[in-house]
Amino acid sequence: MKTLRNPFFLFGAYGVCLVLIALLQSVQLALGILGLGLISAIMALGINIQWGYAGLLNIGAMGFAAIGGATAVWVAADPVPAAWSAGGADLLLALFVVLGAVVIILVLNRVMPSSAFQKICTLAVGLLAFVIARPLFGKAVEAIEAVDPALSGYLGGLGAPILLSWMIGALVAAGAAWVIGKIALGLRADYLAIATLGIAEIVVAILKHEDWLTRGVKNVVGLPRPVPYEVDLVEMPWVLSLSNTLGTSADDMAAILVRLSYCVLFAVVLLALLWLSEVALRAPWGRMMRAIRDNEVAARAMGKNVTKLHLRVFILGSAVVAMAGAMLVTLDGQFTPGTYQPLRFTFLIWIMVIIGGSGNNWGALLGGLVIWMFWVEAEPIGLAIVSLLVAVLPEGNEIRDHILGNAAQMRLALMGALLLLALRFTPRGLIPERQVDTRGR
Amino acid sequence: MQDYANAALLLTNYLVVPGIAYGCQLALGALGVTLIFSVLRFSNFAHGELMSAGTMFAIFATWGFQAMGLSFGPVPTALVALPFAILASIAVVLLTDKAIYRFYRIKRSDPVILLIVSIGVMFVMAGLIRFLIGPDDRTFNDGARFILKAREVKDYLGLSEGVTIKTSQAITVLVASIAAGLLFWFLEKTKTGKMMRAFSDNEDLALLSGINPERIVKLAWVLAAVLATIAGTLYGLDKSYKPFVFQQLLLPIFAAAIVGGLGNPLGAVIGGFVIAFSEVALTYAYTKFLAYTLPPAWVPDGLVQFLPTDYKFAISFVILVLILLYRPTGILRGKTL
Repeated sequence: MKTLRNPFFLFGAYGVCLVLIALLQSVQLALGILGLGLISAIMALGINIQWGYAGLLNIGAMGFAAIGGATAVWVAADPVPAAWSAGGADLLLALFVVLGAVVIILVLNRVMPSSAFQKICTLAVGLLAFVIARPLFGKAVEAIEAVDPALSGYLGGLGAPILLSWMIGALVAAGAAWVIGKIALGLRADYLAIATLGIAEIVVAILKHEDWLTRGVKNVVGLPRPVPYEVDLVEMPWVLSLSNTLGTSADDMAAILVRLSYCVLFAVVLLALLWLSEVALRAPWGRMMRAIRDNEVAARAMGKNVTKLHLRVFILGSAVVAMAGAMLVTLDGQFTPGTYQPLRFTFLIWIMVIIGGSGNNWGALLGGLVIWMFWVEAEPIGLAIVSLLVAVLPEGNEIRDHILGNAAQMRLALMGALLLLALRFTPRGLIPERQVDTRGR
Repeated sequence: MQDYANAALLLTNYLVVPGIAYGCQLALGALGVTLIFSVLRFSNFAHGELMSAGTMFAIFATWGFQAMGLSFGPVPTALVALPFAILASIAVVLLTDKAIYRFYRIKRSDPVILLIVSIGVMFVMAGLIRFLIGPDDRTFNDGARFILKAREVKDYLGLSEGVTIKTSQAITVLVASIAAGLLFWFLEKTKTGKMMRAFSDNEDLALLSGINPERIVKLAWVLAAVLATIAGTLYGLDKSYKPFVFQQLLLPIFAAAIVGGLGNPLGAVIGGFVIAFSEVALTYAYTKFLAYTLPPAWVPDGLVQFLPTDYKFAISFVILVLILLYRPTGILRGKTL
């Protein structure tokens, strides 16, 4: 049992599985699994920072991933000048009115003593801003969405390199996390869970329905890539000679090279984050976070501002998740709000963290890689098992058709069962948290 | 004068009637969440799926009755099937408790762990439900459609607006009132109900006075299953049954429970209505209403809708946030938080 728990053995086993997939299925699939596995591992790292270090229950990873993804569009998509000239002015005016109202309300709350009159004033200012801004906003949206709706119909982005969005996405999400954290932290753990669940749904709903922002469910496709395109690669002489030596077609070689370069990019980010997290965890800061997690009252008694530190950790973790979200959109080259499902983006990440080992960054990394592979491979394997099981039933049998038709739904149940089994039998995960620096140095 | 009567009828038809029905459904759901919270001390994220499972059982039983050729006139078959569905749901919750939750209870795990466990249960249940009944939209209301039709009201009153009351809405109000009434009677008047409240108030003291905790926990699960099945079936009768919806319903239900005061049954009912009416009132387009009440020159030409219906569930969230900010214990004081 002890070798089974050895991290080197576990990572080695993952590598062997990956090689097997490359040999049995295809190299491209293996690299695809690795790429998404690395992104998942970064998300798991983000959640682990919140849950593993500080015990914060964030079940809104989907929302932060979506914020990161949308930022990739805002940063990298080509700007649509026609849309800006059609509705930009009204939109900015509406924004200005709202911001003005917020400033006025903040000033009012600062200057006036807390009273019923102050609340009424606040409400009145808010309502007034709504009445002024709503029609302006409506007009702007209508104008923007009318601009060439089949191709754009939105404001577009900045046309900047997409790699920038990884950083900017993290910053935008950090802002959102600050607002949520201010509201929900410091209350019961359940409340943060419910609040993050809600905010995630709202973020995705906004991205789906506000066409002027990200084209909504019409999707943004063809985002620029940080790596070369296959069509360019096939024409390069060194690619041709490489594919000749390895005995693959030039097209396959190009596809493999593209995926490989994505994997390298992701791995660099992942390793940097992992290094930072490890350093932070070992630093006095990490010790303090664990102390707060394990005994909040004692930490408070020691004069630690628990709420403030929780807020920081919450922001950090959410930013990391959003960075992974931006990376995902970079990999896909498109932004499709319809694909943001809580199962895939929130709960899968949770399963990764818990199975990997909450509180341990290497555990989160392993969980991300392994569970993603399991997630991808579970479908063909599960389908094969189900087909085998129903083989006893005659062709055209109603029950057989029903089972085969709905077999895909069982993935949900499988992942849930996996989470329950992990919580029950290995609550500390594959690579448990190390009991470091308890020596009281 | 006639205009004002029309405006009042309009609001009754589009706000009050649907709001009451939806409020009853949410209140029943929130009651279940609140009960589990006060006895088992964790937020049960699987409650939405429990409602879904109950509704699924009701649909299966309905199909069974229909296959036997039974029909109950204007009463939807699902209502007659309800007791069977409730029994099935009770079996499900007691099994889940024994197989899953009990382990953590005996270990005295942190409520947060139980919350995560309930998320796992939620997914297992969601997967099984979709596997059994399929993810499609289903209507299973086979009773009379309407009690009161808009046309009849219009003709009777001689006005241009009418009020429609669907049978499902009337049944919702009736069944929900009976269920909530029985629950409150049980909690307030019976010995077991008092034991349950005592246990929720102070576990140690309750144990000291010889209350059997396992019995109270089982009872809480049974009550939650009953309430969830009724709530889900009523919701399904009123709208339609779609497994996917119950995941989204989780947010308004939790909001209702927290807004009212988590752990406080009366609060859950109040919270349910607060959420339901805010949702309905803020997504309703007031153009026609304003056309009746304002002088013609003042009537705006837009929809006069505060929020598009796409953001319906954002409303429960905003209310939740406001409550968390200004009164974290809820409208009626819930558990100390």
